[in-house]
Amino acid sequence: MDLSAINPVILIASLMVAATPILLAAIGELVVEKSGVLNLGVEGMMITGAICGFAAAVETGSPALGFLAAMIGGAALSMIFGLLTQFLMSNQVATGLALTLFGLGLSALIGQGYVGLKPPATDRLDLGPLSDIPVLGRMVFSHDIVIYASLVLVLVVWLFLRHSRAGLILRAVGENHEAAHALGYKVVRIRLMAIAFGGAMAGLGGAYLSLVRVPQWTEGMTSGAGWIALAIVVFASWRAGRVLLGAYLFGGVAVLQLNLQAAGIAVPVELLSASPYLVTILVLVIISADRSRAAVAAPGSLGRVFHASS
Amino acid sequence: MIALEKRPTPSRAWSAAAPLLAVALTMVAGAALFAALGTDPLAAIRTIFWDPLFNEQFASYSRPQLLVKAGPLILIAIGLSLGFRAGVWNIGAEGQYIMGAICGAGVALALYPMDAWFVFPTMVLAGALGGWAWAMIPAILKTRFRTNEILVSLLLVYVAEQILASMSLGLMRNPEGGGFPGSRNLQQYPAAANPELVAGTGMHWGVVAGFVAVIAAYILLNRHMLGFQIRLAGQSPRAARFAGVDPNRLVMICLGISGALAGLAGMFEVAGPAGQISIDFNVGYGFTAIIVAFLGRLHPVGILLAGLLMALTYIGGELAQFMLGLPAAAIQAFQGMLLFFLLGLDVLSNFRVRLGRRKVT
Amino acid sequence: MNRRTLLASAALAFGLGMSGTAIAQDKTKVGFVFVGPIGDGGWTYEHNEGRLAVEAHFGDAVETIYQESVPEGADAERVLTQMALSGADLIFTTSFGYMDPTLNVAAKFPNVKFEHATGYKRADNVGTYSARFYEGRAVQGHIAGKLTKSNIVGYIASYPIPEVIRGINAAYIHASKVNPDIQFKVIWAYTWFDPAKEADAATALIEQGADVILQHTDSTAPQAAAEKAGNVYTFGQASDMAEYAPMPRVSSIIDNWAPYYIDRVQAVIDGTWESDDTWDGIGAGMVKIGEITDAVPAEIKAEALALQEAIASGAYHPFTGPLNRQDGTPWLAEGETADDGTLLGMNFYVEGLSGEIPQ
Repeated sequence: MDLSAINPVILIASLMVAATPILLAAIGELVVEKSGVLNLGVEGMMITGAICGFAAAVETGSPALGFLAAMIGGAALSMIFGLLTQFLMSNQVATGLALTLFGLGLSALIGQGYVGLKPPATDRLDLGPLSDIPVLGRMVFSHDIVIYASLVLVLVVWLFLRHSRAGLILRAVGENHEAAHALGYKVVRIRLMAIAFGGAMAGLGGAYLSLVRVPQWTEGMTSGAGWIALAIVVFASWRAGRVLLGAYLFGGVAVLQLNLQAAGIAVPVELLSASPYLVTILVLVIISADRSRAAVAAPGSLGRVFHASS
Repeated sequence: MIALEKRPTPSRAWSAAAPLLAVALTMVAGAALFAALGTDPLAAIRTIFWDPLFNEQFASYSRPQLLVKAGPLILIAIGLSLGFRAGVWNIGAEGQYIMGAICGAGVALALYPMDAWFVFPTMVLAGALGGWAWAMIPAILKTRFRTNEILVSLLLVYVAEQILASMSLGLMRNPEGGGFPGSRNLQQYPAAANPELVAGTGMHWGVVAGFVAVIAAYILLNRHMLGFQIRLAGQSPRAARFAGVDPNRLVMICLGISGALAGLAGMFEVAGPAGQISIDFNVGYGFTAIIVAFLGRLHPVGILLAGLLMALTYIGGELAQFMLGLPAAAIQAFQGMLLFFLLGLDVLSNFRVRLGRRKVT
Repeated sequence: MNRRTLLASAALAFGLGMSGTAIAQDKTKVGFVFVGPIGDGGWTYEHNEGRLAVEAHFGDAVETIYQESVPEGADAERVLTQMALSGADLIFTTSFGYMDPTLNVAAKFPNVKFEHATGYKRADNVGTYSARFYEGRAVQGHIAGKLTKSNIVGYIASYPIPEVIRGINAAYIHASKVNPDIQFKVIWAYTWFDPAKEADAATALIEQGADVILQHTDSTAPQAAAEKAGNVYTFGQASDMAEYAPMPRVSSIIDNWAPYYIDRVQAVIDGTWESDDTWDGIGAGMVKIGEITDAVPAEIKAEALALQEAIASGAYHPFTGPLNRQDGTPWLAEGETADDGTLLGMNFYVEGLSGEIPQ
C-alpha cells in the first residue's frame, strides 16, 4: 500500500469535477422542492439534457450552445411534469418516476445517431496567473467554466432563497400553499417557474457528463446520478450551502475510494464501492441526531396537491 | 375558460372511465410515436396490447407470463401503499427486494443438498426477515435520530447492490460453476425451488402471496384499527396524534411491512423465475412498484389492476421489439406516455370540468 | 391466419413440446438477445454489428430479429421462448447470464438451435462460443511494457470474474517480460457500465503515476481522461475507439463476431449445424487488433505485430511457462502451455502482480 501516491491537491481538483453534475441537478431540485413540489424525475431530465447538449454541441461545434440546448431540453421535459402536476393535479411521486422512464426512452431515441462520436472539447477557463499559484492554482483555478458557474449558482440560489423577496414568496408557497394563495400569490405560476429551473439545471448537469466529464453519448449514461442528486437535497435539509457540502462529500468519497484502491489499500472492494452511500447516510445521521439544532424539516407543502378552491 | 371544480366525493363512473380513456389516448399518441419511427402504428399497438393476450401464436405462453411479471410488482406495491398512505416514504424497496432474495437463497444454499419439507418455508421466513431487517435501518434511524427515510432507504439500494455483487462473486458463488459469478440454480434444487404450481398458468407461490397481500391489505384498511390509523396519519398527522396514534410505531410498522413484502418478492423470484443470485439479479421491480402503487391509487384492487397493466406493457413491449424491430427505448418512452395519461386523467374522477366563467363564491 | 401460425398454435396446444419451426419456411429466421442497448458503443454494439453483417451477407435469405436490454434471468427466459415461438431457427444469446435460461428454453424447443456466448453448458441444440480476448491483452501488455516511462500501468477492471482476471494476467505477463520493473495498479469498478466512474478511475490511476491505462470496461471515458492528462497511452476496448487515435489510443481490441455469426447461420441453412464449443482468437479473426498508431515507435510496433502473428498462427501461446502463481507456487513448467479448463475458470493472479482479487 502506498498512500503517499494520493495527492490531496489533485484529489480535491478531481472531486470538484466528479461532484459537479450532481451539484447542478441538486441545486435545481432544491429550488423545486422549496416551492413545495417533489419532482423525482431528475434522472430523466439529466439524461435528456445529456443528449440534447451532446447533439447540439456536435451539430454546431460549440459546447456553449450544447449547454444551452441541454438546459432548454431539460426544462422542456420538466414542463410535462409541470403540466401534469400543476394543472391536472396528478400525484407528484408517480409522475416524477414516469418522467424518468420517459426521459430515458426519449433520450435513447434522440441519441441513436450519436453513438461513438466525440464532442467538441470544452476548454478550461484561462485564469492567467491564478492557475500558477502553487496548490490553489491546481486545486481551484484550473477548471472549466461550468464548475465555476455551478459554484456561483449555489451562491445565487442561497441569496435568492434567503435574502430576496421573490425567494421569500417561493418559500411561502412551499411552506403553505393555501396561505400563499390567500395572500394573492400565483401558486401554480411560481411552481411552474421553479420546475422549469430545476429541469434546466438537471439538463445542464447531464450535459456536463456527456460533454466534459465522460465525454461521449451512450444510452443510460447518467447511471443513477439523478437519484443521488435527489438524495443530496434531502441530505442538505433543503439548504443551498449544504447541497454543496453534500455533493462534494459524495463526490469526494467516490473519488477517494478509487484512489485508495489504486494505492492498494487492504479494504474489501465491495465496502469501498459502497462507501459513498454509507458515508452520506452516516453523516446525515450525525447531523440529524444533533437535537440542539432547530428541527430542519421538509417544506410544509412538499408533494401535496394544490387546487385553488376559490 | 376551463375551470376545475372539486367533486364532493370521487366520481365512480369517472374512476372507471378515466383509465380506459387514458389507454385510448396513449394508443393514439403512441401510434404517432411509432409512425414517426417508421413502424406501422396499428401493428405496433396491436402487438403491445392485443397479442400477449389473444394472439394464437404467443398468447397461451404470454398470458401466464403476465402473472409472473405482475406478481412481484403487486406484492411490493401493496406494502409500499400502506406506508405511502401514512406518509412514510420507502423509496428503497429495490434494496429490500435484493436483501430478501439474498437471505432466502442463503438459507437454500446453506442447506443444499438437504431434501426436507422445511427448506422452502424457512427460505420464505428468511426472505421476509431479510427485507424487513433492511427496511428497519431507515425505520430506526428515522425514529431514533429523525433521519429522513427517503434518503436512507434510497441509498441503501446501492449498498444492497454491492452486497449482491459481492455475494454472487464470493460467498454464494456456485462451487461447480467454474469460477463464474452467480449461485447454484435453485430451480434445480427441488426442496428449495418455487416452480409453477399448475403447469402453464404462471402461478407460483410469489403470485399467490401477491393475491393474499391484496386481500389482506383490503381487510386491514377497511376493517382494522391499524388501517384506520394509517389512513388518519396520512390525511391529518395532527388529528392522528390526538387520536393516540404513535407516529414512531407507525413508521416501524409501515416500513416493516413494506420491507418484508419486498423481501418476500425477492425470495420468490430468486427461487422461481430467476433461479439464482447473480450480479444483475434485480431488474427494477422495487422502483416500478412505486408507480404501480400510485397508478392503483394506493387501493389494493387498483394496485392489482395496475400491476397487471404494467406487466402487459412489458410483455407486449418485448413482442413489439423483436416482431417489429422497435428499439427498447421506444417502448420505454411509450410506457412513460401511458403513465402520463393515466396519472393526468385521474383528475377527472376527483374534479368536474366546467367550461365558461368561474363561479364566484 | 396463415398456415404457419395455425400450425404453431396447434403445436402449442400439445404443450410446448413441439416447435413452430418444424414447418418448412423459405426464410431462415435468426434471433439475437442482447444484454445492453445496441447503442452502448461496446459489447452489445459489436454483437449488433455482427447481426447487421449477417443481414448484409445473406440478404433476403435470412431475417434477423433482436431484442436489446434484456435482463438476465426470468425475463431472458420469456424473451427466448417468445422468439422461439415466433419461428426463429437459430438464436444467439449474447451474455453469460443467459446460460440457464438458454438451456431451459432449448429443452422445450428441440428443433431450434441456440448459440450461447461465454458459457460452458451445452446441449444437442445449444452450442457455445467465446473469444480469446486474452490474446489481444498479451499484445497490449507488450506495447504497454515498452511504452511506459513511469513503469506504472493502470488497469480498470469491471468485476473479478475469470474473463477479466485472464486479461490482467495476460497483459501483465507480457508487460513484465519486456519491462521487469513494471507495476500494475488495478481498480475494480464493480460495474459493467458507468462512464462517470470509469472517468474517475482513470483519473485516479493517472494521478498515481500510471502513464498507460488498460481498461476492461466499454466506455471511452478513460480515453478522454487520458487525453486531458496528456502523455498517457490507452487502448480501445470492445470497439476500435478510433476517434481517440493516434493519441491517447494507440491500439485496440475489437470484438469481431461477424465471421462466426455468418458461419453458423450458413450451417443452419445447410442443415449441417451441430452443437459445439468455439473459443476463437486472433487467428480466426474473432479478436481483432486495431491499428497500432504512429505514436508507438516503429520497432515496438514491429514487435507487437510479430507477437500478434505468432499468436495468430498458433506458434505461441500467451500463457506459456515457466509461470508461477502469485503466491510463488509453480503453475506452468518451462514450455508448458495453459489448458483451456484452467484458463476458463482462472481465479488467481500470476506471480509479480500485487494486491488481491476481491472474493
